[in-house]
Amino acid sequence: MIHALRLLCAVFLALAVSAMNAPPLGAEDGRVPLPNLAKAAKGDACVEPAEVMRREHMDFLKIERDRTMYLGIRDGKYSLNGCIECHATPDPEDPEVRTVEFFCDECHNYAAVRTDCWSCHNPRLVEETPGNAARLPGHSDAGTLIGQLKDHLAKGAPTP
Amino acid sequence: MNRVVFREVEGRSGSYYALLGGIAVVLLAGLGAAFYIELHGQYVTGMSNQVPWGIPHVFAIFLIVAASGALNVASVGSVFGRIIYKPMARLSGLLAFALMAGGLAILVLDLGRPDRLIVAMTHYNFKSVFVWNINFYMVFFAVIAAYLWAMMDWRLDRYAKPIGFFAFVWRLALTTCTGWVFGLIVARQAWDAAVMAPMFIIMSFAYGTAFFILVLLAAYGWTGRPLGDAVVRRLKNLLAIFVCAALYFTAVQHLTNAYATEHHGVTRFILFEGGVYTAVFWLGQVLLGAVFPLFLLWYPAMAGSRQAIGFACLFVLLGGLSQMYVTIVGGLAYPLILFPGMEVSSSFLDGQVASYVPSLAEILLGIGGIAIAMFMVALVVKFLRVLPLSLADEVADPHHRNPAAKSEEGAEDVAQTPQAA
Amino acid sequence: MTKDRSSGDPSGIDRSRRHVLKAATAIAAVTLAPGWQLIAAAEAKAPGEPVTDKNRWGILVDTTKMDKATCDVAVDACNSEHGLTKSGHPGQDPQWIRRLDIRDPQTGAAHSLPMMCQHCQYPPCADVCPTGASFRRIDGIVLVDKHICIGCRYCMLACPYKARSFAYRDIEDPKPHSPRGRGTVQSCTMCVHRVDVGGIPACVEACNDVAPGSMIFGDLKDPESEIAKRVSEVVVKRVRADLGTDPGVLYLGV
Repeated sequence: MIHALRLLCAVFLALAVSAMNAPPLGAEDGRVPLPNLAKAAKGDACVEPAEVMRREHMDFLKIERDRTMYLGIRDGKYSLNGCIECHATPDPEDPEVRTVEFFCDECHNYAAVRTDCWSCHNPRLVEETPGNAARLPGHSDAGTLIGQLKDHLAKGAPTP
Repeated sequence: MNRVVFREVEGRSGSYYALLGGIAVVLLAGLGAAFYIELHGQYVTGMSNQVPWGIPHVFAIFLIVAASGALNVASVGSVFGRIIYKPMARLSGLLAFALMAGGLAILVLDLGRPDRLIVAMTHYNFKSVFVWNINFYMVFFAVIAAYLWAMMDWRLDRYAKPIGFFAFVWRLALTTCTGWVFGLIVARQAWDAAVMAPMFIIMSFAYGTAFFILVLLAAYGWTGRPLGDAVVRRLKNLLAIFVCAALYFTAVQHLTNAYATEHHGVTRFILFEGGVYTAVFWLGQVLLGAVFPLFLLWYPAMAGSRQAIGFACLFVLLGGLSQMYVTIVGGLAYPLILFPGMEVSSSFLDGQVASYVPSLAEILLGIGGIAIAMFMVALVVKFLRVLPLSLADEVADPHHRNPAAKSEEGAEDVAQTPQAA
Repeated sequence: MTKDRSSGDPSGIDRSRRHVLKAATAIAAVTLAPGWQLIAAAEAKAPGEPVTDKNRWGILVDTTKMDKATCDVAVDACNSEHGLTKSGHPGQDPQWIRRLDIRDPQTGAAHSLPMMCQHCQYPPCADVCPTGASFRRIDGIVLVDKHICIGCRYCMLACPYKARSFAYRDIEDPKPHSPRGRGTVQSCTMCVHRVDVGGIPACVEACNDVAPGSMIFGDLKDPESEIAKRVSEVVVKRVRADLGTDPGVLYLGV
């Protein structure tokens, strides 16, 4: 009985040591290539240093989503659309389209962590034209306002 | 009279494995259907924005209601002290556990985002009936586990009765809340009613007892263990009373609605003009679910026929599915009344009775839930001492008169009553 | 609103005329545009600030100024704003706002009105949601937090106005300002992405382009807002008021 137990311990130890000495799967010569993040298409630096982002971007996104959802604070420092604006890179299959999926997938595939964002959010960078977000020009000059007023008047005087 | 001996089912015969295998095939088909829906999206089902709950919910809520009722037999034994039911308490607990597991499995698999179950477990809106139900179901599982343990471990014998009492009260609250899932919805003409809660309780008694009798007949018939008439007769009468009570509640619900002019529309819909829903109500819920079973259970010429009882139970269960279908799908198909008295129409199918054609995937998912429950029961009786070795009259019936010796009431009977909590 | 640019003007336009024009434009914009709701500056929420219960956003629908075509304009505007597309399965397509045609069977009189999420004060959908995904924001807008929606569809059962839709299929190309996904529930957001930065809902804007004054969006709690003044002058209809939901969408002429 003792011999069997000792034998078992020896085998286990041997396996553990060999496992520790094996080359890491993610190393340069390992089976899984290390992530190679493409440079952002816009901007000099991210809103946080890379080491901070690497470890905490999920928390930033989660807090930001609740701030937007429940408090109505949009376009904050950590907004998802803000990430997409800078980090969206051209899709190899369709270079006209810029998408952030490749950027995110690079590390997420390596770490085998599934992202749930794109089931609802659009990973592609979509230019918001003035027409599809009609708001009173908050900080534009008279030119834009005059143009809009002209359009409005051209459709006919409003009936009371 | 003998002590009741519990023994595992041997479970080594070819037929036993064939039974397990058959149930497993249905179970896997159900899981496959769930995976298919999850892969492609719910658009492959017949559900729509008018009828967002369909066949899966019909089966799921049916199983949940039946689960609570299946515990009835154990409660009658522990809480009300009816000795003849005591040996069956373990099977009753197991069946309740299994049926609840099957029903909940369907519900979870039908969610639009079943991968977010963790979210559902960690974000609670305490005003929601669903949250109350989730908590009721979790404690239900724990209480039954504790109950079974107390019954099976002689050292915890004395806890069986208090746990049984707690389980009884707990499942009354649970079934009330299940009825409230519909009863508290003010928007729908077919649902907003206080009677839904007690109606669900009575229906749980009927469906649970029917399931229990079927499982009992099957288990004892297929293992060759003796099952006496005393037990079967008691259970049969219990079932008949519950079916009558369920019929009464159905009548009260519809008659009340029929009186109030406000509810004439929905009453006419369900009772006369609802097409498939009217057919399922009268043929399924009333005829198949109540009238036929009562005939089979009480007609003197059928007395003693276990086949008749088995069919009666099956019909009660089909009637239960029909009742859930009429309540859930019929209640959804009937249009929302936005402008009372006016005819309304829109591109969102307002003002018209919605059509719902269930897809194969939904039906397989629903039946898969029943398969989960049956698989659990069939498997556990092989590994745990749940089934009494014999429920013959001389073992189970406290009033059994042995022609050879006279048994007296009182102390002698107490000493000879079946040993079970 | 207008920035005073005093940089050199290469086109040679007289600077003083430009100043007058700017001032006149500002006054004209305020007085000549009943369809544009200027949020009163004192009560407006700055973009980086959280919403408060000082506002309660509401919409007044004056159906006397609307016909079927106007309602369809509202529906189309919403569909294009949020990228709601048809899939060929009308029962499963989302509809955030729809044209409701009502007809009195006794007299034959008919009318049309737009029906969308009523943004109730006491929303039944928020009561029944198990995770709290369906919720009423403190400024009155009822939303679905699709991050925690599990897709149980109980809110769809509970809503008396049939305002909710379920996403039965994958969304091809969601609008960045209006994310929605398969397996979650969706409904009219009162264009919260616009409201939060000082705008008005797409349906209101589109309707006022074709029928001015047919839909008024504003702050029901601000006594100076047009909507608050109108609803204090004339009795409005709240659909299914008997249910006690206290909707934020009010109707005239129904």
